[in-house]
Amino acid sequence: MAVLVIAEHDNASLKAATRHALTAALQMGAEVHLLVAGSDCAAAAEQGARLLGVSKVLLADAPAHAHASAENLASQVLAIAGQYSHVVAAASASGKSFMPRVAALLDSAQVSDVVSVESSDTFVRPIYAGNALATVQSPDPIKVVTVRTTGFDAAADGGSAAVEVIAAVEGNPAVRFVGQEVTHSSRPELTSARVVVSGGRGMGSGENFVLLEGLADKLGGAVGASRAAVDAGFMPNDYQVGQTGKIVAPELYLAVGISGAIQHLAGMKDSKVIVAINKDPEAPIFQVADYGLVADLFEAVPQMSGSLG
Amino acid sequence: MKVLVAVKRVIDYNAKPRVKPDGSGIDLTNLKMSMNPFDEIAVEEAVRLKEGGIASEVVVVSIGPAAAQEVLRTALALGGDRAVLLQDEGEVQPLAVAKALAALCKREQPDLLILGKQAIDDDACQTGQMVAALLDWPQATFASQVDVSGGRVKVTREIDGGLETLDLALPAVVTTDLRLNTPRYASLPNIMKAKKKPLDVLTAGELGVDLAPRLKTLKVVEPPKRSGGVMVADVAALVDKLRNEAKVI
Repeated sequence: MAVLVIAEHDNASLKAATRHALTAALQMGAEVHLLVAGSDCAAAAEQGARLLGVSKVLLADAPAHAHASAENLASQVLAIAGQYSHVVAAASASGKSFMPRVAALLDSAQVSDVVSVESSDTFVRPIYAGNALATVQSPDPIKVVTVRTTGFDAAADGGSAAVEVIAAVEGNPAVRFVGQEVTHSSRPELTSARVVVSGGRGMGSGENFVLLEGLADKLGGAVGASRAAVDAGFMPNDYQVGQTGKIVAPELYLAVGISGAIQHLAGMKDSKVIVAINKDPEAPIFQVADYGLVADLFEAVPQMSGSLG
Repeated sequence: MKVLVAVKRVIDYNAKPRVKPDGSGIDLTNLKMSMNPFDEIAVEEAVRLKEGGIASEVVVVSIGPAAAQEVLRTALALGGDRAVLLQDEGEVQPLAVAKALAALCKREQPDLLILGKQAIDDDACQTGQMVAALLDWPQATFASQVDVSGGRVKVTREIDGGLETLDLALPAVVTTDLRLNTPRYASLPNIMKAKKKPLDVLTAGELGVDLAPRLKTLKVVEPPKRSGGVMVADVAALVDKLRNEAKVI
């Protein structure tokens, strides 16, 4: 039986998370179908059809799917899930919301945030804020799995799958979409950036984050923040890296003025190289940092930006 | 309006979990246990709805061992009116918890069910969504603002790109994000009063639900340790290391 991957997109284009979920799905079974449910989303479906490894794209195009409502998306998946051995999506805010609904409707115990596929029914996932890795086996006939995107490479283009239009479900009248407030940024997306420069409480204020933005721009990276920095109002919450924010695993993670609480480490400790700049030599972040610099960030960061020309 | 809040007893967020040497799980002996932080926020929100004259009763429920009574007493000290414990000493996974909560919701008939967005031990982030599906109620996950009026609830949610606002018909399920509110501390008089509040203990059999775990845990291991790093003297040395040794810039 085939594996169904639920695409994440903004109707116009696929999000990078979909490519990572596809790579994981290809390790679960031979044939992978991609469901693109949206409104006026033919362009996203076309992109899906070009992904290497996708053998068929199912397109459910209807106003009910305009805002990826968890209720409607779950009903749409349920309508076709019976033909599949696995239902897979990225463990993004969207995937985390609608997938457990799918799982409950299928009476399947979901496996969340998988970082490794051992076999078609056995998966590895972090627990306790990443302080342990559990290998779990699912006995359910339809396995519902969300994928930690940083655990799998992005699938490449090069495919040419057919797009099949399927009937879209009715919208659930109990939910009304009111509005969205999206943070605009010209920098790369936090979860897929090659370099992440993050600031913590030590930044002192939101204005000071301009220092990190300058450094991030020099490195072609994204800017992140610790929970302390978000709670203090320095940065919007969608910049938060950690157990309750975003999980990142860039090639280079620069932690500036971040002490390194368990909850923050949970979101970045799989980065390839970690650099910590902190004036407190006892800060726990130095225990995981490959390179540590005890210094005043207000001197060190501009100096670093300057030396990168 | 009646509000039901689900709370879980978990390892304290400051405690460092240890993996058992035989790989069977996490050793929790002698570790401090507390209410899951997201659930404290759920209790606080429910109590605020009561203080705002919107909720008439706040019922707190937990599914777990006898020791979870302490967590329920804490929730009562924070302002809950009464508590229900579905006592079970075994491992309880999100799907089973969702089924039990759905059964409790059918019994209690709340207008709103509030849960934390995830428990900090299993990090599953499933239960609220699953209960909503089983009851066919609408859901709003990762809530950072909740406004109840006229038989509906308006919820601002934290999403990957920013914020989103949904308007749900009641009854509905809401799961809390960290920024929804700042939970209060229980005062000593309230802790004393909480001891006299009703706490019913049920079994899975009485509620007619099966709590047996579905997923089988084959092993639990420690994540790979990062090798100890080096301290550099200044920015020039750092940039040199990143450029010539790590080759990441």
